[in-house]
Amino acid sequence: MSAEEKNVIIKTRDLCKTYNGKLVVDNLNLVIDEGEIYGLLGPNGAGKSTIILMLLGLTEPASGTINVAGFNPTKEPLKVKRITGYLPEKVGFYEDMTAKENLAYTAELNNIDYKLIPKKIDEVLEIVGLSQNKNQLVKQFSKGMKQRLGIADVLIKDPKLVIFDEPTEGLDVEVANQILDTIINLNETKKITFLLSSHQLNLIQRICHRVGILSRGKLIGEGKIDELGRKLFGGGRYRIEVEVSEPSQQLFEKIKALPEVINIEQNQNVLDIVSDKDLRSTISRIVTDSSIILTKMNIKEYALEEIYLKYFKEEQS
Amino acid sequence: MRSILTVYRKELADYFSSKKFIILLALVYVAALSSVYVSLQNIREVAKATEEHVFLRLFTTSGDILPSFITFISFFIPIIGIIFGFDAINSERASGNLSRLLSQPIYRDSVINGKFLAGVTTLSIIVSSIVFIIAGIGLRTIGVPPTSEEILRIFMFIFISICYGTFWMGLSILFSIIMEKTTASILVSIAIWLFLMFFLPIIANAIANAMAPLEGATLSTQLKNYSIEHGILRISPSTLYSESIVTLLVPTGGHFLLRPVLTSDVEKMLLKPLSLGQSLIQIWPQLIVIIALAIICFAVSYIIFIKQEIRST
Repeated sequence: MSAEEKNVIIKTRDLCKTYNGKLVVDNLNLVIDEGEIYGLLGPNGAGKSTIILMLLGLTEPASGTINVAGFNPTKEPLKVKRITGYLPEKVGFYEDMTAKENLAYTAELNNIDYKLIPKKIDEVLEIVGLSQNKNQLVKQFSKGMKQRLGIADVLIKDPKLVIFDEPTEGLDVEVANQILDTIINLNETKKITFLLSSHQLNLIQRICHRVGILSRGKLIGEGKIDELGRKLFGGGRYRIEVEVSEPSQQLFEKIKALPEVINIEQNQNVLDIVSDKDLRSTISRIVTDSSIILTKMNIKEYALEEIYLKYFKEEQS
Repeated sequence: MRSILTVYRKELADYFSSKKFIILLALVYVAALSSVYVSLQNIREVAKATEEHVFLRLFTTSGDILPSFITFISFFIPIIGIIFGFDAINSERASGNLSRLLSQPIYRDSVINGKFLAGVTTLSIIVSSIVFIIAGIGLRTIGVPPTSEEILRIFMFIFISICYGTFWMGLSILFSIIMEKTTASILVSIAIWLFLMFFLPIIANAIANAMAPLEGATLSTQLKNYSIEHGILRISPSTLYSESIVTLLVPTGGHFLLRPVLTSDVEKMLLKPLSLGQSLIQIWPQLIVIIALAIICFAVSYIIFIKQEIRST
């Protein structure tokens, strides 16, 4: 990371919010650097959306301070909203208008010069791959297309920061992955910072630089995914299960000697290997070289889900 | 400021291209044209009696079966207002457009101001276009040009009608802010309209008769009965509206609606038309109340909308 990327774009200090006397955001201290993809994870009702609304100045905090790109969203919401794109969980468009008309409306609300609007629209539709559907009515769009149009809609204002509430909600895996790829692409090419909120960890974990795990308005864990995993499980990111015809001490030692292997356990015919890398090809070579038959091999990446479940178990106990 | 104009332009375009606008416009035009047709059939008879304000009679003459234009319009204006406002905010919220809109760099009131102005504009276009069409048809067929006073009265009539429509629109926008479902907001608006239009007269009549029975009543009891009934009826803006437009468009005797007059007195009176100034003085209170109600509805909607918490769901 270069020094420039370390500029902080979002910073909250002791942020609290109550709804009807119930504390929904509890002393939140969130710091997000410029250029990051940050995943805010937590079950429904953990306070994710409330945090987002406060960051945008759409809801006022009960106490604490917020700073978004140097502005206070409560006092200067317009300045924050000028550089921040927000894609709500249930993104909606005017169904009786075309994609182009919807984007033109957003562009005008953002005070973009009339002459530049058509060019800008073509540009953002190209990025999300909807150029063909420019003049189509939004009511004919699928859920995934609407989500992509939503990305185009936030890109039209050239945001520094994009806040995306549940980006993959209600999409099938393939479409969700397309959306996530677009996010990575934008993060790399346009240096846009992303704050994603989600409860679909398995999809999100692939693209987040850092995640924060939220429970009842509190940040209970934060960091890079493998760091979080290591902290919790005391081990690497991958678990490889190898089943062989006749395990030998020699094989066990050979695998154990690999520098990437963190831990290995033998359980009759099955070897349980914990490592930081995907070692499947190396292991299968070693097994065949020892003229043993490899009957089965499984790899399990540490899913964020496990991390998450573990956090919640600890939280409850 | 530009953001209000942007919202205004978009909402206006929405109104003009929406099906509800086209259907409503067609309905109002058909009703208005049929009423003017009827009035043209009968206007010669009516015009024989008095020669004054013949042009205005285009709007007030009714036939055997069909009522006059002003009866039609006082029926349709609330409907137009309600239909233009009932889904202003809640449909945006339900479709997920509202939070997207509010995350743009605009003040929150631009949204409601733009929508309101666009509604008032559309309403004004409908009301004035229909009045001008009728005036045009009348001018060609009866061949009597309106006097300048009649023209002023017509403009005043248009103005009051727009204010009255704005009240109903403001009321239904208010419900669209308070209520989540568009079906709920339209039902409540229509229920209020039905109550004021049809049930309030029945209730007013019943209360008046209970408090001052008319059977074998003295003159003062009759007067009391009348005062009670009209006092109650004037709760309703539709009463205020019809009182003011009748006074305005029927300069000769229209203002008798406003207060009790004995038939014996009417016969003794010389039926002279009121001047425009006199008519306006007569309806001044009604006019002020209609405008105030429209402003109150808008102001309350505005405040609730600005203060409303934006929730994600």
